[in-house]
Amino acid sequence: MTATTANVSDPAGAVENPAAGSSRIGTADPEIYRVRHGSKGVFGRTNWWTTLLAVVLSLTVLVPLYFTVVTAFKTPEELATSGWAPPRSWSLDNFSTAWEMTSYPRRVLTSSIITVGATVFTLLSNSMVAYALGRNMHRPWFRRLYYYFVAALFVPFPIIMLPVVKETALLHLDNEAGLILLYVVYGLAFNILMYTSFIKSIPEELEEAAAMDGAGRWTIFWRIIFPLLSPMNATVGILTCLWAWNDFLLPLVILTDQTKATLPLAQYVFQGQFNTNYPVSFASYLMAIAPMFLVYVIAQRWVISGVMRGSQK
Amino acid sequence: MTTQTATAPRASDPQAAPRTIPDNQAKKVDPAFIWMLLPAALVFTVLLTIPLLTGIFYTFTNFKGYGDWHFVGLTNYKNLFTDDIIWGSYLFTFKYAIVASILTNIIALGLALVLNSKMKARSFFRGVFFVPYILPVLVVSYIFSYLFTNNLPQIGQALGWEWLSTSLLANEDLAWLAIVVVGVWQSVAYNTIIYLAGLQTVPEEIYEASAIDGAGPVRRLWSMTLPLIIPYLGINMVLSFKGFLGVFDQIVALTSGGPGTATQSISYLIFKNGFQGGEYAYQTANGVIYFLIVVALSFAQLRFTQSQERV
Repeated sequence: MTATTANVSDPAGAVENPAAGSSRIGTADPEIYRVRHGSKGVFGRTNWWTTLLAVVLSLTVLVPLYFTVVTAFKTPEELATSGWAPPRSWSLDNFSTAWEMTSYPRRVLTSSIITVGATVFTLLSNSMVAYALGRNMHRPWFRRLYYYFVAALFVPFPIIMLPVVKETALLHLDNEAGLILLYVVYGLAFNILMYTSFIKSIPEELEEAAAMDGAGRWTIFWRIIFPLLSPMNATVGILTCLWAWNDFLLPLVILTDQTKATLPLAQYVFQGQFNTNYPVSFASYLMAIAPMFLVYVIAQRWVISGVMRGSQK
Repeated sequence: MTTQTATAPRASDPQAAPRTIPDNQAKKVDPAFIWMLLPAALVFTVLLTIPLLTGIFYTFTNFKGYGDWHFVGLTNYKNLFTDDIIWGSYLFTFKYAIVASILTNIIALGLALVLNSKMKARSFFRGVFFVPYILPVLVVSYIFSYLFTNNLPQIGQALGWEWLSTSLLANEDLAWLAIVVVGVWQSVAYNTIIYLAGLQTVPEEIYEASAIDGAGPVRRLWSMTLPLIIPYLGINMVLSFKGFLGVFDQIVALTSGGPGTATQSISYLIFKNGFQGGEYAYQTANGVIYFLIVVALSFAQLRFTQSQERV
């Protein structure tokens, strides 16, 4: 977690200057690779052609975003005539309408509770499970349990969707707590893969030394292993966070109480009721995107390197 | 004293008991390990294994999701194979997944090569191209839905292209292309990141050596970069194919399976007819078939991963 705070506290430097804070991030980052191996090699000159190409290509991302922003500020009449032009006045009326119609603060709260809950519990529990498994892989029962968990990678959600809905309703888990639990459990298979491969690289001598000093298994885990897992914690945390925040299908089928809708779910309900007023809809979309977008702008490099590390598993 | 020593092991039995639970041959298992695993195994079983088994059980019945049911044997599975709607959904889903994964990987690989070159503001561009990945699929689809019904037809009319002058989403033959566009737009981001990770495993020294030998950029790409990142290409294709097979959010937001049943994906069909159409058992049987396909794909992925480890 130290890597986390270090990078978040220095977002500007990290975004502007690729070399900034390089020592804090793992070697998985290509920028670091280049810093260490010298960026001025045979191909050290700036390639203006690829830069130009990147500018043109980035329009495919930026143009839809541009439309989202300008549409959210227009009136329906203006939208019909203005085409690509920016709005005449940057009024916030659409936003306040969408704010009230979707009960935005409550949605943000629900989404935040679910995302934070899912991420925190995933980090705490999945790393622990992976540690217990990773250190006992030579024992048949632990190995069987490992495969039992990892086999869940093969199970597509649609096949268990209908029984899960019945079961969560039966157990009174058709709410935020249930969703958090489901994210923690359904992420387990992939996260175990991530964690165990990393745990194997942690020398057992560290634990033996701590045991000599009188540390029990739990102390060893929380004081030594969990902090050492920081790079994996960051990766698992980012992926869980993005998943829980953006997910639509699970909240759609699990949450029975409409007032507890998450942000994406609110867009679905909202769209069904007011699909003719595009500017208000777009204001609502923009507000749904905004929180995660802001986090991303601040922690951009860190998010990308985290996902990159995850992709190499 | 002798009796005491004889009974001593028995007295400590309760303490020793958890150690012998996981495995009889193993010498010492720290009980803490078992406590770390037990809750997870329990919750996992309750929320994943039991639903899976219940679901599979119901596929042999005519359960509608409510009310009475009785066993029907393999009837659901037999019916699946003669159901045009099911075939249609598989056809659409596979067509979509194949086209989308090929497009995604070509674009992502190209983009990764561009982003890996000595360009200006590389971090900035990486940041921009990764934005689609952090946005919710549903919201992105709504935004594109608007672009497809309003902006694109305007362009189509201006250019005089008939196929583009009405909304793609209302066109039975072209609606799937619109869904491909949205799917690709969003997943290129993640795949580009994987390729970038792959490209950075290519040592710069070999480029320097080849430059001395006079190899041009095309030659370098074709004979050096591509062979070295082939494992990434393989795993990316399988992963994105698997991901695209589960397409759901885009369908809900863009077409609701229409026009007609032209864009009903497998998961959308399971959701729609299973939940609202009273086809609980039947659609779960559909899910089992889908599950078998995913398992087959996962083994393909496993093979790619192993070949990657050998490289």
